[in-house]
Amino acid sequence: MQSSKSLKEWIVIAIPYLWLLALFLIPFIIVFKMSLSDYVVARPPYTPTINLAEGWQSIKDAFAAFDFENYVFLSEDDLYIKSYLNSLKIASISTFLTLLIGYPIAYGIARANSSLRSLLLMLVILPFWTSFLIRVYAWIGILKNEGLLNLLFLKLGITDAPIQMINTDFAVYVGIVYSYLPFMILPLYASLEKLDGSLIEAATDLGSTPTKAFWQITFPLSMPGIVAGCFLVFIPAVGEFVIPDLLGSNSTLMIGKTLWTEFFSNRDWTVASAVAVILLLFLIVPIVLFQKHQEREGANL
Amino acid sequence: MSPSYNNNSIFAPWNDPKEKPLIEFKNVTKNFGSFTAIDNQSINIYEREFFSILGPSGCGKTTMMRMLGGFEIPTEGDILLDGQSITNIPPHKRPVNMMFQSYALFPHMNVEKNIAFGLKQEGMPKDQINDRVEEMINLVQLQQFAKRKPSQLSGGQRQRVALARSLAKKPKLLLLDEPLGALDKKLREETQFELMNIQESLGMTFVIVTHDQEEAMTVSSRIAVMDHGKIIQVESPADIYEKPNSRYIADFLGDVNIFEGKVASANDDAIQLEWAEGQEKLQMEASQPAKIGDSNWLAVRPEKISISKEKPIDADNILKGKIWDIGYTGNISVYHVQLPNGMTIKAQEVNRRRLANRELTWEDDVWISWRKTAGTHLVK
Ligand SMILES: Nc1ncnc2c1ncn2[C@@H]1O[C@H](COP(=O)(O)OP(=O)(O)OP(=O)(O)O)[C@@H](O)[C@H]1O
Ligand SMILES: [Mg+2]
Repeated sequence: MQSSKSLKEWIVIAIPYLWLLALFLIPFIIVFKMSLSDYVVARPPYTPTINLAEGWQSIKDAFAAFDFENYVFLSEDDLYIKSYLNSLKIASISTFLTLLIGYPIAYGIARANSSLRSLLLMLVILPFWTSFLIRVYAWIGILKNEGLLNLLFLKLGITDAPIQMINTDFAVYVGIVYSYLPFMILPLYASLEKLDGSLIEAATDLGSTPTKAFWQITFPLSMPGIVAGCFLVFIPAVGEFVIPDLLGSNSTLMIGKTLWTEFFSNRDWTVASAVAVILLLFLIVPIVLFQKHQEREGANL
Repeated sequence: MSPSYNNNSIFAPWNDPKEKPLIEFKNVTKNFGSFTAIDNQSINIYEREFFSILGPSGCGKTTMMRMLGGFEIPTEGDILLDGQSITNIPPHKRPVNMMFQSYALFPHMNVEKNIAFGLKQEGMPKDQINDRVEEMINLVQLQQFAKRKPSQLSGGQRQRVALARSLAKKPKLLLLDEPLGALDKKLREETQFELMNIQESLGMTFVIVTHDQEEAMTVSSRIAVMDHGKIIQVESPADIYEKPNSRYIADFLGDVNIFEGKVASANDDAIQLEWAEGQEKLQMEASQPAKIGDSNWLAVRPEKISISKEKPIDADNILKGKIWDIGYTGNISVYHVQLPNGMTIKAQEVNRRRLANRELTWEDDVWISWRKTAGTHLVK
């Protein structure tokens, strides 16, 4: 049977593609084009510019002027490589810490009785109701030398002098773990909540201690939630800019910060674009893995 | 319903005061909030018993099992195993395994790994585990499915994996919560006999919940019938079928005709029941003393009632009626006979002759009859 799709069906199918085209592909092409251009002191600060009014010739000239100079530059100055690697490191460690903190919380919520459960979930989501920026600023107030934590430490006599916490990597980890915790808790909760309690009973019935039962049953069965949560934290954390900028020190190298400096301080849009394109390439691997994982989970349902 | 009478009626430790029970429930009560699931019950279960629990849905069967397994703690009372209180011992320290009503198979492990799980916990050597797993897989006939995950199995196959997993450790006490419900009749009967073999050869004690009365009759040493958190009667299959202690039990197990009436005369063990105006009194043997004027009941199983066209001469109870319906189930026919007062009595006959040659048919006037020893006198 030959079925041709109606106009309505086509529109429904086209909407997500149009969305991606307008908000992802076109901006990406612009950024990519910029990364192949050369820096000039002008407005805009790069050349060549394509003037569509001049037609085909303008495009041809532009293509002739494109080169990979900016990428070569990135590989020559180890500032960039260090930024990338440090971002990956900070993102990995933060993801691990978030998992460590998020798992018991998610587990506790999933085990709580149902009336308490929705309240606890609310509390997890509640911070989203205030601006992310304000919440990170609030951490400055907590962590700075004359901040709440240091005041408390001094009062309790734990230290005589304030501990330097703000403008350190420690503060960056605190900021990232705090900000991304809900993204870890929610998928973990979803997979732990599905877990059939009688499985644990069966495991203990067969001689497994409660601790062993956790590692043999609960943990492996919550793997989909762990994987989803880790990706949801890791991917945005790699490109994180606000947190290292506000809480980190000048020596905290993160690629998001480097990109910002390139773009706004140095006004070198072309190198900044190259940095962004490489960052995207870095993230494509985990994003594709994540997609694969989600598809597999979907197929398993 | 065909009760099987135990040939080896020697096995009756519950009648022997010297025997020590394996399990003792002592005045056990289990409340869930304000709801009483088990109401102050005491029972003894002996070693090597095949103890069945029957009862309507929600009567507390699973709760009894879960208390034995250690998943529910009695609100009041004590549970002893081998004379030791196990009330506060956690499940993983009890020499008891349970097959869950919901199977509770581990979804991330294949059939083999599921069955091997309990053996691994006790640190059995690998080659022994493999042997035991193979033995269990053969037992439940899942050879082709050993590498499949539970999600790739049918309901009946899953049930067999759950059974194999709970049997694998060969525990002293095995709890089976509706172990065979999802199997077809043939496989169920085979597995029943396998279970009985295993239980006998390993000297295990089984406590089994089932909805299948025939199954309970076939496999059990004793049957406990429950209702609303109470154990109404515990007896061997033959005794519980032949000597129910109440209308509830008589009605719950198999088919029964129940006549309600007033005791018209009671001397020694003979009772006459005045049950309907203009009808002859019914004769029965007293199960316990009764006073004249008491409201009592007579229960008669359909297979104990004869049906004939001519009036029988030597029966103790004879009633006249008309065939109102015939239920034909192959090997037997059940005749629904309507009495003049409107009551319908079921009488069951084995179909020795082919259908066409049978002499009784709809609307026939017939006589039904039974001996006074065939019925059971009930006082509640
Ligand atoms: N955890 C619980 N919380 C509250 N009520 C419960 C709980 N577990 C069981 N009950 C109640 O206790 C009663 C007995 O339950 P149980 O599971 O023992 O029934 P059952 O005899 O096994 O029934 P079925 O034949 O349907 O399996 C039911 O009314 C049930 O609703
Ligand atoms: Mg049950």
